[in-house]
Amino acid sequence: MNEMCDISLTVNGERVSERVEARKSLVDFLRDDLTLTGSHVGCEHGVCGACTVRVNGEIVRGCLMLAVQCDGASVETIEGVSDSGEIADLQEAFQKRNALQCGFCTPGMLLTAQDLLSNDQTPSRDHIREHISGNYCRCTGYHAIVDAVESVAQARKGSRK
Amino acid sequence: MSAPLARVPGGIHASVRHDSAAGHVSGSALYLDDIPNVPGSLEAALVLSPHAHARIKAIDLTAALAAPGVVAAILAKDIPGKNDIGPIRPDEPLLPTDMVEYDGQPVAAIAAGTLDQARAAAKLVRVDYEPLAPVLSLDEAIEREQFVAPPQIMTRGDVDAALKTAAHRLSGEFNCGGQDHFYLEGQIAIATPGEGREMHVFSSTQHPTEIQHGVAHLLGIPFNAVTCEVRRMGGGFGGKESQATMIAGIAAVLAWKTRRPVKLRLPRDDDMRATGKRHPFLIRYEVSFDDGGLIDGLDLMLAANGGNVADHTPAVLTRALCHSDNCYWLPNLRFRGYACKTNIVSNTAFRGYGGPQGMFAIETIIEMIARHLSTSPEAVRERNFYGIGRNDVTPYGMKVEDNIIARVLEELDRNVDLARWREEIVAFNRQSTIIKKGLATMPVKFGISFNRPALNQAGALVHVYTDGSVTLNHGGTEMGQGLFIKVAQVVAEAFQIDIDNIRITATTTAKVPNTSPTAASSGSDLNGMAALNAAERIKARMTDVAAEQFNIPAGEIVFQQNRVYAGNRSMSFAELAALSWEKRVSLSATGYYRTPKIHWDFATNSGRPFYYFTYGAAAAEVAIDTLTGESRVLRAELVQDCGQSLNPAIDLGQIEGAFVQGMGWLTTEELFWDEKGRLRTHGPSTYKIPGSRDAPPVFNARILPDAPNREETVFRSKAVGEPPLMLALSVWLAIRDAISSLSDYRLAAKLDAPATPERVLEAVDEIRARAAGSGSAI
Repeated sequence: MNEMCDISLTVNGERVSERVEARKSLVDFLRDDLTLTGSHVGCEHGVCGACTVRVNGEIVRGCLMLAVQCDGASVETIEGVSDSGEIADLQEAFQKRNALQCGFCTPGMLLTAQDLLSNDQTPSRDHIREHISGNYCRCTGYHAIVDAVESVAQARKGSRK
Repeated sequence: MSAPLARVPGGIHASVRHDSAAGHVSGSALYLDDIPNVPGSLEAALVLSPHAHARIKAIDLTAALAAPGVVAAILAKDIPGKNDIGPIRPDEPLLPTDMVEYDGQPVAAIAAGTLDQARAAAKLVRVDYEPLAPVLSLDEAIEREQFVAPPQIMTRGDVDAALKTAAHRLSGEFNCGGQDHFYLEGQIAIATPGEGREMHVFSSTQHPTEIQHGVAHLLGIPFNAVTCEVRRMGGGFGGKESQATMIAGIAAVLAWKTRRPVKLRLPRDDDMRATGKRHPFLIRYEVSFDDGGLIDGLDLMLAANGGNVADHTPAVLTRALCHSDNCYWLPNLRFRGYACKTNIVSNTAFRGYGGPQGMFAIETIIEMIARHLSTSPEAVRERNFYGIGRNDVTPYGMKVEDNIIARVLEELDRNVDLARWREEIVAFNRQSTIIKKGLATMPVKFGISFNRPALNQAGALVHVYTDGSVTLNHGGTEMGQGLFIKVAQVVAEAFQIDIDNIRITATTTAKVPNTSPTAASSGSDLNGMAALNAAERIKARMTDVAAEQFNIPAGEIVFQQNRVYAGNRSMSFAELAALSWEKRVSLSATGYYRTPKIHWDFATNSGRPFYYFTYGAAAAEVAIDTLTGESRVLRAELVQDCGQSLNPAIDLGQIEGAFVQGMGWLTTEELFWDEKGRLRTHGPSTYKIPGSRDAPPVFNARILPDAPNREETVFRSKAVGEPPLMLALSVWLAIRDAISSLSDYRLAAKLDAPATPERVLEAVDEIRARAAGSGSAI
């Protein structure tokens, strides 16, 4: 049960080599071993989306993936995309539109929103609602979140012209 | 230069951002589980009862204590003080001594070096149970007169005579379900023993004082030996009021026993099984009315499923009875409330606190009256609204002095043109055979203040430092609702300084004592006033210093935009702060507030429990699939009274969020207990809260403009946390409307809440059969 494994991976652009328990989830590894606590543990069975992080460019549930599965992978968390400035416009829009209350879902929601906007530059409101539907928010009722994501999509589209 | 007229940035009535917004979007805002463990810390896990009702014959900890990493285990006998955490009545053991009363009840707890070790060891605890028959249904509890608190009654007039003589009479029963809070951050506490008998507790709690008291009782130490602290919660909604005490209490007893810091964070399934929820209600009614729907008599029974202990049930029931009138004058009435004891988890506070269930009852009855008379619920409501200056006394004897429901409904109608909307729905239903649409409105009047007068008080602590920066502390807790920023705005306004100069600090019983829970929508009303009081006391002293310095009367000193003016002379706020210190004038003050005018007689269930009412109205359009029972909310239009809003952006967030949460309660969120009393929906995989696709695609929430509170609340604002949740009853009524369309609106649906696809489908089939039986064309 307590088998240990050595893993090497990139986390937010930095090389990391650690010895981890084989059964440790990615989000526990990020939070406990690397003190990257911006990814939150909400339901621990892959439904709420609060632990959403990016692995090799794809968003995943940090509670459903094991740390050992990330050996050799590139992992990005809310801390990484904050520092890089990649989602600065989304972060600003969420603050401006009050698309957050308790904030527990916010990091996961932002990564999911960025995932949408990276693949679809002009999403409809329906498409936004669809794409973030795996991330629960118990506070806002989602309307402000959809507004914020939509405003960023429009602004990014405008800046590309 | 004399004082400019411009407003200070971040003052009242401005849409200032949430104080933690930047931390939330970057992941740097710390929740309790994000605080690094200090060396030597332990993690804890619970052993939960697998039986709804059983005698504990023996508990064997041998294997658990021998498991890797385990440091300690606790049972009831390890509690050094009083084994009780009941918030209202002393009937709630932290850990049971000989009997378990619900499936999921903690019977033991383990502390170990790591969370995995603790959770693994918890599975090794052997408990020998003798299962007993559980009481699970409200019918059975009522029949056995098995209650957690005495029945409550409200009466007026002669209801029996009214029921006999009226032109029309209806009677029956229906149910509404409970609701899990599903705060995204689960229950969590960290207890750290200090010197001597001291115990420090970080708790994700809406009620630090209750944690302080609970831990002190459990450990047998005075209140002053316990400090409870909370900076923020990842959501609360009432679920971290009394329920947080169990978590903090177990962590504290383990910490006491091991003399090491102990963290207890529940996995989601344990959280949902072990901690309380919104009360399911059974409603029985008999109502009489005239041909126009004017209600003459209403005999109403509300039976709340309190679960295994009293917890908040008596108070929730009182609030339910106090909201079963909603906006209507009821001349002859008898409201009976039963706080039923059953073998399920203890039901507790949840946003609305009985108000939603009371309004659910009266509005469903009004809809049934409307169908009976082949008229609209709006027409029935119109006949029964409280009058202005007449027919304006509630069932509990309080005069409705601030009735603006007519204005709120006019505002809603002006926004949406209800008549035209209704025509569109009827036209759609005529040509659509499988999908049917429904439309309904919902007026809300909600009473603001805790029913128990003593809770309507608050304290604050404000310091001004010699550089002009300010720290703010008060008894309210931040769970995402924006309380902290609103109170900071009040202080910024009072001092006329930029809000960036105010640092908001964690709630702690060491700074402001004897606090009330952040609940009953009262956070800003109470703590805003207390903070204002503290700021004004300091400001008065600083004003005297400035008056002496400038040698003019104090009445001529003006604080404005970070400066203090004396005619054409001025100094900065920071300079005055430094000068006050130099002159040996205190720059620190406590503030205090107690709500005026309120009183309540528990013996007769009468008085003036509420300082004021807040009002709102909603219209919702839904579609149901008559082949599958699925439903969708297509559009929602809301108007909410916020008085003179302290922060319109924050208030709008409360309105939108409360509405969607209320929708969840009434549609998808089904708590299902099996025949053995086991909750089978104890995780998000089986318990469905609203997701982004469930929110109305067309969703317009508006704050009622130009509506300052007639009472002297903080800058004439009104409370907003709970009231908009009840606007979601428009969705419930719209689903009923869609089903009723199958009878050409002549019959009322037989439907309980939540209106799950299964229930809607049954109601569709039932109303079709009934309509066919009565010869109606479908």
